[in-house]
Amino acid sequence: MTIAVTNIRVEDKLYQNRYVVDSGRPHIKVRPHQSPSVNLYALTSVCPAKCYELNDQGQVEITTDGCMECGTCRVLCEASGEIEWNYPKGGFGVLFKFG
Amino acid sequence: MTEEKFDAIVIGAGMSGNAAAYTMASRGLKVLQLERGEYAGSKNVQGAIMYANMLEKIIPDFRDDAPLERHLIEQRFWMMDDTSHTGMQYRSDDFNETNPNRYTIIRAQFDKWFSRKVREAGTTLLCETTVTELAHDTEGKVIGVRTDRAGDVILADVVVLAEGVNGLLGTRAGLRQTPKPETVALAVKEMHFLAEEVIDQRFGLKANEGCVIEAAGTISRNMAGLAFLYTNKESISIGIGCLVSEFAATMESPYDLLENFKNHPSVRPLIAGSEVKEYAAHLIPEGGYKAIPPLFGNGWVVVGDAAQLNNAVHREGSNLAMTSGRIAGEAIVQIKNRGKPMIKENLALYKSMLEKSFVIKDLRKYKDMPALLHTNSRNFFTTYPKLLSQAAQNFMRVDSTPKIEKERATTAAFIKARSRWGLVSDAVRFAFAWR
Ligand SMILES: Cc1cc2nc3c(=O)[nH]c(=O)nc-3n(C[C@H](O)[C@H](O)[C@H](O)COP(=O)(O)OP(=O)(O)OC[C@H]3O[C@@H](n4cnc5c(N)ncnc54)[C@H](O)[C@@H]3O)c2cc1C
Ligand code: SF4
Repeated sequence: MTIAVTNIRVEDKLYQNRYVVDSGRPHIKVRPHQSPSVNLYALTSVCPAKCYELNDQGQVEITTDGCMECGTCRVLCEASGEIEWNYPKGGFGVLFKFG
Repeated sequence: MTEEKFDAIVIGAGMSGNAAAYTMASRGLKVLQLERGEYAGSKNVQGAIMYANMLEKIIPDFRDDAPLERHLIEQRFWMMDDTSHTGMQYRSDDFNETNPNRYTIIRAQFDKWFSRKVREAGTTLLCETTVTELAHDTEGKVIGVRTDRAGDVILADVVVLAEGVNGLLGTRAGLRQTPKPETVALAVKEMHFLAEEVIDQRFGLKANEGCVIEAAGTISRNMAGLAFLYTNKESISIGIGCLVSEFAATMESPYDLLENFKNHPSVRPLIAGSEVKEYAAHLIPEGGYKAIPPLFGNGWVVVGDAAQLNNAVHREGSNLAMTSGRIAGEAIVQIKNRGKPMIKENLALYKSMLEKSFVIKDLRKYKDMPALLHTNSRNFFTTYPKLLSQAAQNFMRVDSTPKIEKERATTAAFIKARSRWGLVSDAVRFAFAWR
């Protein structure tokens, strides 16, 4: 039995989930940029799966493996063209056992 | 498959899609339902409370075999500050009735059951199929869909968009706007497993009785938000949600908020020793009445969360989804039985039927609430909970301070924090929005 209440690593949380990853075909892409907009930058803390991170050059990068397909980043950054957002191919992505 | 034409295609096998497909198929229509998940429910997240009345209108004997967790006999509302909560609690044995009114459910399991009923009613369901595009004829009428499976357009007289809050297809086709950051909340949620008896004990429950806690206050760190804790049979669903616009403005992390809530001294003992088995995130439409998009057009209708049919004030969504799905299905059946085409003029029937139901009436009642709470989130979610806690503590601590001084101190604290005028105006605006 684990007492998880003191544990705040998102990676550990995502580890509980079931995913079928469509390797090499990320469903969300970040447009190349020099420096991120306010909203794009915000995703580095607002994405609930911590998919967005800053690289050494200060640009925002995405790794979609833990994505829960919530749509938050779409709502914040699709209209400005900073990201391209799609659902994974049918059957791929997160699979909630409980939901 | 591509040669066949359906009476209706339903996109999505969530609450609204299942209700629509069931309603149409059980009345003899040829229905195709498409779901991108591996099974119905694999992409869906909910608290979750399920309201019996709205499901009864679709499947009257659902209690015989639906996977229900506990029926609710108690609800608590908590106003929280960092170390305390001021609560309101309602518990009644009347809820231990033969046909209980509200249940907790686990969506992935419930949706699988609902989906089985939908298929038994005659719907053809294709899972692992993402619909990529709506297909139109030269006049712009929706005539079918394209999917990520090989093959041509799948044709149907009408398409029911039950695709949920993100509503990718409808927004890409220009039928409605992408939700705005201020009209959707991001909620994160965990499933904590505990032995049934432990849950019974901690919440004072027996034999399938359930309790839910809904909490607001400093836990949302100045944002408009709500946390919840729902008892299932052998697990507790716990989560918190705030507006996406406010998350972006504050750069708070949703998982931090959740951890914070879980560690609150009022919450921690309730989940102590539990095993976490899932972490989920999902949006909730919170724009209310004013955010409802056009509900129908040539060859299409939109139902459930995709149409922002969600009552954020009462935390109701799945029942509005089920009801709008059922009503859309009934309208389509009527039009079909009259031998009329599925064009805009005729599909307007769906909207007029929906307006007569509680769905639109309830949303209209609270049309000003989202704006009030969201423009005033600091007062409602931080200042007032803190003041309430101070007032309660002042009231309960027995010391040598004369009561009259305590009372004055409480009143002064409220006025200092918000000014007399501010308090009155918040109260009046709240009363009007609630009316
Ligand atoms: C944390 C949380 C707690 C909640 N608590 C409650 C509660 O206690 N009580 C309550 O009544 N409501 C609650 N709700 C709201 C409730 O979950 C929703 O209102 C309800 O699920 C809406 O149903 P729907 O059918 O419209 O959408 P969904 O249930 O989201 O279903 C949409 C379906 O469409 C599928 N889909 C989407 N796009 C495509 C595509 N292109 N191709 C194929 N399939 C597609 C999805 O995979 C999904 O299965 C809660 C929501 C959340 C997030
Ligand atoms: S959809 Fe949600 S979980 Fe996935 S990357 Fe965007 S914000 Fe993160």
